Amino acid sequence: MSPYMQEVIAMTRRWFQRFKREPMSIIFGLTQPVLWLALFGNSGVTFRNAGAIPGASNYIAFMTGGVVVMTVLNSGLAGGIEMLFDKENGFLERLMAAPIKRSALIISRFLFVTALTGVQALMILGMAFLFGVVPATGWLGVGLILVIGMMLGIGFTAISMALAFSMKGHGGFFALLGFITLPLIFMSSALVPLQSMPGWLSVIAQLNPMTYAIDAVRGLILSGWHISLVKVLIVLAVFDAICLTWSNRILLRGMR
Amino acid sequence: MKTQNVSSTAPRAPTSDRSDRSGGVKPIIKATGLVKRFGKTAAVDGLSLEMYEGEVFGLLGPNGAGKTTTMRMLITLLAPDAGEIVVGGFRVRDDAERVRNLIGYIPQERAVDRALTGREHMALFADLYHLPKAEGEERSAWALHMVGLTDRADEVVANYSGGMKKRLEIACGLIHRPKILFLDEPTLGLDVESRTVIWRHIRELKAEGMTMVMSTNYLDEADQLCDRLAIIDQGKLAALGTPRQLKESLQGDVLSLTPENGDSSVRERLTIALKGLDDVVHVVHRDGAIELRVTPSKTILTRVLDVVNGQGVRLEAIQYTRPSLEKVFIHYTGHQIKDEWA
Ligand SMILES: Nc1ncnc2c1ncn2[C@@H]1O[C@H](COP(=O)(O)OP(=O)(O)OP(=O)(O)O)[C@@H](O)[C@H]1O
Ligand SMILES: [Mg+2]
Repeated sequence: MSPYMQEVIAMTRRWFQRFKREPMSIIFGLTQPVLWLALFGNSGVTFRNAGAIPGASNYIAFMTGGVVVMTVLNSGLAGGIEMLFDKENGFLERLMAAPIKRSALIISRFLFVTALTGVQALMILGMAFLFGVVPATGWLGVGLILVIGMMLGIGFTAISMALAFSMKGHGGFFALLGFITLPLIFMSSALVPLQSMPGWLSVIAQLNPMTYAIDAVRGLILSGWHISLVKVLIVLAVFDAICLTWSNRILLRGMR
Repeated sequence: MKTQNVSSTAPRAPTSDRSDRSGGVKPIIKATGLVKRFGKTAAVDGLSLEMYEGEVFGLLGPNGAGKTTTMRMLITLLAPDAGEIVVGGFRVRDDAERVRNLIGYIPQERAVDRALTGREHMALFADLYHLPKAEGEERSAWALHMVGLTDRADEVVANYSGGMKKRLEIACGLIHRPKILFLDEPTLGLDVESRTVIWRHIRELKAEGMTMVMSTNYLDEADQLCDRLAIIDQGKLAALGTPRQLKESLQGDVLSLTPENGDSSVRERLTIALKGLDDVVHVVHRDGAIELRVTPSKTILTRVLDVVNGQGVRLEAIQYTRPSLEKVFIHYTGHQIKDEWA
């Protein structure tokens, strides 16, 4: 095994060990999305403009895509917190004194958060299935939904880690998270489709990478395969590239 | 005087007491003209130090003196604003990773992961130092045993006491057999028993030939453990030498004689007689006693007593004091290391 692999595996293992001691964190990450689903699943709310969304017979099927992506958003943006804790309590410095490549630590965090995000997305799809939502594109579609979720998650995790390294302490970090999460959700197609938004909002929403992921996931659940999926994958790849480049610069500066 | 007192303006601090070392030994760590500023304050201000293989080198100084900052520069974690550091033949600036391979680091703050067990910590660091699996496990067992944590190794660190955490850190720092171990305030905030245990570990490691650089603001710790000491104050080197040299540098020991009747003519007569003796540096009167500064020598006490008897003076009290490191500290920095240390 190459030394680099050994570093990455060891540090990824640490994230899982930490997670194993506090497995409830995956549940907390899911409470908000599950609430959305349960609320709309049980109340039998039907979407008034159902006709406006092809194939959307009920709101819960419509919502599932948004809920998956909201979970990705939450988990991704929380992804940097543990690095911030490490930095605050000196453990990061302890790691940095070892002869390791700095990128190994960053990659280990991405591996862990991405795996976690994938599992959460799968859990939500499972939950939606219990409410009667069956993805139109079958297992292959589920696989692509996970890929889309993970790609979006990587970008958010990168943002989160960069913020963690730019903030003085975790107080400010949490405040900032609370401040940006809701607007990001409202300024996307998570709750309302683009067509039903006021014009100015739909313009903003189209700048939000979440919108692309949500519409793609929604399409895979509600209608089927569509050529626009390629565009979504490209958009997400560009989003990841931008976030990674930016955060990498901040992270490497913070971990000399 | 072997010990040198360095003024802050000296471009280069004294290298070391070469006199008692075999000539021309190359230092294993050589730092020249280190400067580190945080905003306006210069945490380290023109510090030059050399450490030799196999020694325990102490950085002694009060809170905020710049010990941790110095150490963080030596172990590649902080880039100095000015100056040059060579560790084990590698320049820290160019070869940080090679340097990191040589060193172990036990930070001042308890940098352990509360959610991990002791053994999980060891496995992590074994991998970060690229030990093969079998060797990693063997070293992990050895290090845990050495610090007495074998029984608690599978418990999460959240259950450990402060002393146990510190001991775990030492174990983590030792897993890859570092050539040089850096310990930042290894016994800060520990109880007497844990301190003794850690002192014992340090002595054992020294016996195995490990070079150690430790910082402390405990004078007794510096005195007992360190082969050589750098007294650091406000980022500058105030004094350098073995604890013994530093103490001797204070113009010798103090011999205090109190004549039975405090008649000043008796004292004057005695003073004149004593001033003529070899090894007596100077004589002062203090609170009815005569205080002699003497160069330590085997015969000084008997020779002084001969003079006293010869003058027919009877003494009420005799006191012989070696200067403590505390006195040394005050002498070189002009203040006490801590208020409580009075
Ligand atoms: N990251 C930092 N940012 C700003 N100032 C710092 C930083 N690290 C240290 N300092 C300042 O540099 C000076 C030296 O600090 P340092 O931690 O090196 O002292 P020390 O000798 O280790 O003290 P102690 O005995 O309390 O550990 C202090 O004035 C401290 O406030
Ligand atoms: Mg310190």
